[in-house]
Amino acid sequence: MTISYIDSISADDLPATFTKFFVESVSVGFPSPANDYLESPIDLNRYLIKNNIATFLVRVSGDSMIDANIANQAILIVDRSLEPKNGSIVVASLDGEFVCKRLQLKPRLCLIAENPDYDPIYIQHSQELDIMGTVTAAINKFE
Amino acid sequence: MKLIGLVDCDNFYASCERVFRPDLRKVPIVVLSNNDGCVIARSKEAKNMGIKMGVPWFQVKQSYLAKGGKVFSSNFALYGDLSKRIMHILGNMVKNIEIYSIDEAFLDLQHIQKTHQAHEFAIHCRKTIHQWVGIPVRIGIAPTKTLAKIASHVAKRETKTGVVCLNKRDIILNTLKNIPVNEVWGIGRQLSSHLNKAKIISAYDLATVNMRFIRTRFSIVLERTVRELRGEQCLEIQGFSNPKKQIIVSRSFRNRIDNLEVLKPLISNFAVKAGEKLRHEGQKCSQVSVFFSTSPFNKKLKHRGIYNMNFSNPTNDTRDILTGVKTILKKNFKPGYPYAKAGVLLSRFSSESIAQISLFEETNTLKQNHALMKCIDSINQYQTQVYFTAQHHSNLSPMKLSMKSPRYTTNWYELPSVN
Repeated sequence: MTISYIDSISADDLPATFTKFFVESVSVGFPSPANDYLESPIDLNRYLIKNNIATFLVRVSGDSMIDANIANQAILIVDRSLEPKNGSIVVASLDGEFVCKRLQLKPRLCLIAENPDYDPIYIQHSQELDIMGTVTAAINKFE
Repeated sequence: MKLIGLVDCDNFYASCERVFRPDLRKVPIVVLSNNDGCVIARSKEAKNMGIKMGVPWFQVKQSYLAKGGKVFSSNFALYGDLSKRIMHILGNMVKNIEIYSIDEAFLDLQHIQKTHQAHEFAIHCRKTIHQWVGIPVRIGIAPTKTLAKIASHVAKRETKTGVVCLNKRDIILNTLKNIPVNEVWGIGRQLSSHLNKAKIISAYDLATVNMRFIRTRFSIVLERTVRELRGEQCLEIQGFSNPKKQIIVSRSFRNRIDNLEVLKPLISNFAVKAGEKLRHEGQKCSQVSVFFSTSPFNKKLKHRGIYNMNFSNPTNDTRDILTGVKTILKKNFKPGYPYAKAGVLLSRFSSESIAQISLFEETNTLKQNHALMKCIDSINQYQTQVYFTAQHHSNLSPMKLSMKSPRYTTNWYELPSVN
């Protein structure tokens, strides 16, 4: 509570006290000792996505990458801004279809599955290969 | 010299449809307006097939599909998301950006002194957008907005780099000679026919016209355009967007509607949608309007009209808007006319945070329940779950999006699939 007096006017003209109203409640108990250590909760977006403008999600259909821990129906984080390197897992369009494979640049351009049941795909000159982006993470959900 | 860039996405909606469909890279694509009425976007291949902008779909459907063309209903969730990404990229590259439309933005290039640097910068922008988002853009660079528009127009032909710089006087004037005056930014059909009568045919003619002639015969706005064509900056880049002045929600109907029982629930849906948008903008409106019209192809029974109602106080409560819509319809609907299109328009806005108390408070019959609306908006954010009784029940949207592509980037259940 604050009490103010205004000099130029006689105190009798005014109510002697001005009360401040707080719209929000103020707790009067012992302050939480954690207050000084407040941190924002863990954010999976920040862990999984570096450049959200260039990041897209896709869903895997099939088990051709199972040995790289990418299961059927996994969701992949694809970052289009990363330059694909030799050995990167990429999402590429091959003859008009999206595939997820490991990229081999040398000795020969090739897309390699991570499953012994699938043969590597050697890219022929007549084929059109476009790398959409680099896979930076896979989310496999169990329940 | 201060430079301005205009980034313009090539055939934006058609390009968006290609991002997750590599199989359609060379296939002609058209995108249709809401309810599949008209063609509103065409890929280069579809343009080459002679499909005109705005043509009613039923007129070209058969021959277009027979030639192997692909058609999509509009998917604004996808286009909006990709547009946002592009604008983010550009916003991070320059100090000041004016988002002019879903697929166009002006860039302030004042940090760049030399033209060749601007050219390199534009090529870098274009490459980044293409790699990060997968959308091709073209960029025009010039000393003024009006010239930047022309530069981006010229860049259409510059298929390799997609960048055109108009900076030197003689290059600008030479370019303007090949641009018809109606293609200059801000010059509509009517104005250009007036100009043509005054023997101003090309943009060059307009740029070199006697200024006094323009001032006396035309307007100050046109004078500004002339100055801009001469390289004098009159229009600045407007960093923040002006708040909306009106909100329109309208649709063309698949089948003609001639009775109020069918029309009212549909228009109520538009009113609900408009109310959501209004609150999203943080505004209140003092006027609601309803418009409806018969098909322009129907010559016999013609009726088109727009009817207004004013509120005693600004409101953004959907129930108030619905009451207004109901009153208007009751008064003005003509049964028996085959209506083809209708819509709701909200206008005369004032900010949500300013509460103006009417002089005659007792006349205020408005609901104006802010907390309730906020609650409904948060429930309906992802999927409409709370309805107003006036709304259409079974099929909430009269749009039948039969040919809509998946919402690849905004919906968990519609993600692109990879093998």
